[in-house]
Amino acid sequence: MVKEIERVGIPVVHICTVVPISKTIGANRIVPAIGIPYPLGDPTKSAEQSKKIRRELVERGLKALETPVSEQTVFE
Amino acid sequence: MAKYKIVHYINNFFSGAGGEEAAGMRPEVHEGAMGPGLALLEAFGEDYEIAATVVCGDNYFGENLEDATAELLSMIEPFKPDLFIAGPAFNAGRYGVACGTICKAVEKELGIPVLTGMYEENPGVDMFRKDLIVIKTKNSAAGMRKAVPVFKNLGEKLVKGEEILGPDIEGYLERGIRVNYFAEKRGSERAIELLVKKCRGEECPTEYPMPKFDRVEPTAPVTDMAHTKIAIVTSGGIVPQGNPDHIESSSATKYGIYSIAGMERMDKKDFMTVHGGYDRAFVTEDPNLVIPLDVLREMEKEGVIGELADYFITTTGTGTATGNAKAFGEDFVGKLKEDGIGAVILTST
Amino acid sequence: MKLELGKIYIRDVQFAEKTYVKDGTLYVCKEEIEKLVLEDERLTGARVELARPGESVRISPVKDVIEPRVKVEGNGAVFPGVIGKVGQVGEGRTHALVGATVITCGKIVGFQEGVIDMSGPTAKYTPFSQTNNVCVVIEPADGLETHDYEAAGRMAGLKTAVYVAEAAKNLVPDEIVTYETKPLLEQIAQYPDLPKIGYVHMLQSQGLLHDTYYYGVDAKKFIPTIMYPTEIMDGAIVSGNCVAPCDKVTTYHHLNNPVIEDLYQHHGKDLNFVGVILTNENVFLADKERHSDMVAKLAKYLGLDGLLITEEGYGNPDTDLMMNCKKVTQAGVKVVIITDEFPGRDGKSYSLADAVPEADTMVSCGQGNLIVHFPPMDKLIGTMDYVESQIGGYAGCMNEDGSFDAELQIIIASTIANGFNKLAARTY
Repeated sequence: MVKEIERVGIPVVHICTVVPISKTIGANRIVPAIGIPYPLGDPTKSAEQSKKIRRELVERGLKALETPVSEQTVFE
Repeated sequence: MAKYKIVHYINNFFSGAGGEEAAGMRPEVHEGAMGPGLALLEAFGEDYEIAATVVCGDNYFGENLEDATAELLSMIEPFKPDLFIAGPAFNAGRYGVACGTICKAVEKELGIPVLTGMYEENPGVDMFRKDLIVIKTKNSAAGMRKAVPVFKNLGEKLVKGEEILGPDIEGYLERGIRVNYFAEKRGSERAIELLVKKCRGEECPTEYPMPKFDRVEPTAPVTDMAHTKIAIVTSGGIVPQGNPDHIESSSATKYGIYSIAGMERMDKKDFMTVHGGYDRAFVTEDPNLVIPLDVLREMEKEGVIGELADYFITTTGTGTATGNAKAFGEDFVGKLKEDGIGAVILTST
Repeated sequence: MKLELGKIYIRDVQFAEKTYVKDGTLYVCKEEIEKLVLEDERLTGARVELARPGESVRISPVKDVIEPRVKVEGNGAVFPGVIGKVGQVGEGRTHALVGATVITCGKIVGFQEGVIDMSGPTAKYTPFSQTNNVCVVIEPADGLETHDYEAAGRMAGLKTAVYVAEAAKNLVPDEIVTYETKPLLEQIAQYPDLPKIGYVHMLQSQGLLHDTYYYGVDAKKFIPTIMYPTEIMDGAIVSGNCVAPCDKVTTYHHLNNPVIEDLYQHHGKDLNFVGVILTNENVFLADKERHSDMVAKLAKYLGLDGLLITEEGYGNPDTDLMMNCKKVTQAGVKVVIITDEFPGRDGKSYSLADAVPEADTMVSCGQGNLIVHFPPMDKLIGTMDYVESQIGGYAGCMNEDGSFDAELQIIIASTIANGFNKLAARTY
């Protein structure tokens, strides 16, 4: 799906846990998520902290979208 | 007994109309066999007839794909054929693409078996090998004699609904379709035999060649986030409670588009996950862990982003065929474009 | 370690007043099994039914399948740390009721339990159409939490298997097979000219319905370790999971791991089987990286020339599989992977979610997306209420006459990715 979005010229960031799969399928802007059962946030922490983690990930995602890349790039 | 009816497609050159100078000719229909069809007719024998031959110029076809296909279909349909054959196109590129296009359309619209043939480097092969049976031919018309019996054998099997065996046995180009069979030895034994060979430096052919995944050039970045409309797409299997469209928990064959208009966050009362690949307990409790609606709404208010699309697009990632995922993408990108989406956040578990 | 496996062949199963084996027939006492299962307060119902090869019987949704085994001589007990006390197993003598199983089924926990047909066109896809099955249909207490339900179901199956296996304790086996692996240096010295071969056994360990236990330890909580191959034959590894039914490694398949069995067949002939590296499949990338590093380290440390890798499940575990393959290869060890495939119903897509160039020698256990037809059966053990939402099923797949269509992956162990079956896929 990532590639089809990118193919029509819409920038896309893939926020995902399993970065190698994302690389294999061909996403160009990749942000590593927390974990498979909870990619954006960490429910083992408090609700505020979990949300803060989520906000940081989304901010990193936006930053990736604003960054020029020439090849597959992981925004750690 | 009534004869099985074949309709045959050929291009300007093979119809005798001429080469480049005739490549612009529009579709025509002729009763009976002509050109290479005569050899096919003879091979298929007395139970078959070539009811009609349809002809189109390669350039006309290439420049008017949709119109040419529609015109040809309307010419083929009245004959109610049992089998459709196109070409073979040998190494003629435009002809190969035309053969592939019309075969695919006939199979889809008329629901009858189709066959074509090409040289393996014909650009039409890569475009259509997964969709069609493309008989392997030489690179020029000199290969017709060898190709004819292959057309006959496969054509007959298709008409009678018999099982089509592997590409090497039947003489068509490998389609890239994975088909099950029962091997003589179990998998663990075959693997050990391969490993012993590998350790000895002997040949150890793989049963599944690694695919080459295709790549897309990265798009230019977003330059004005504060005025960009963002959409969320996910493979995390988030759906409205009750899963109204029955999206599968694994190996999905469909996706859904669901409204988040007026919502401040993903509420567990409204949404659930059907993803079969992970422990769903956390996400069931808080779907924002997959669709970060709460923080995106904040950012929308703060003016960090321009606007959030009032829907999200969702499917289940686990075990979902790449072909399906690609088809989903192709299907929904039109909507993203139409809705003026400037960037997408795609989340996966 | 040296283990004698005494095989008692079972050709029929019948109900009786007590549980015993006579002349190749397993007699089971229904009431005693039901009573045993209901000792667990989490379960409110237990019903025992029998299913034999060739009968018009469908079993669904199947959770686990277990071969009854009992320790006769040597240390420890079967299923150590889970049923038996924790204690080293893998030595001495163990008896197995070969051709009999205990199957747990009942209301689904997730989507991931499967189907067994004892006859008809789909019977050939599962090994359990060929075994005499003691099926325990369980009913969870109202409102039982899913993790608890899974645990209760798992224990019900294991307890029943241990109960049934007692009948084998004092029998004279029909056949005794001896398996032996020596301590590393001695083992290497025994066949110095043969290639030193190992086996990387990846245990499914991704959370609810996706867990496996080694001596009772949840596999997601351990780091890669080394195991004597005979330990697994005494039940050191127990399945606590239902990944997609088709490639679920049931407890039966751990006890009868085909890679270990066949490596022993080759042992001393064209290879030297040195041992098993156990690892897991993780939900965090850092764990995937760390554990594949460790697998490669252990492979190198053992001085292996080659190894086989099997995984359980598909999707993101394909990444663990590929990381293991890549790193082990880079450590100079030759690799063959055994896997199943999910290229879509039309077979046209990529078969795995991940790929590395090092994975150049793979064995296929078939493609699980193929749609197959399940005709009506005379008898149903369990329930068909969930077919549409079980993995492999889809909305509208069920017909009124009891027949249905579903992807091959709904059948228990149909494409099991350790090479137990003969099913394979090739490219057309």
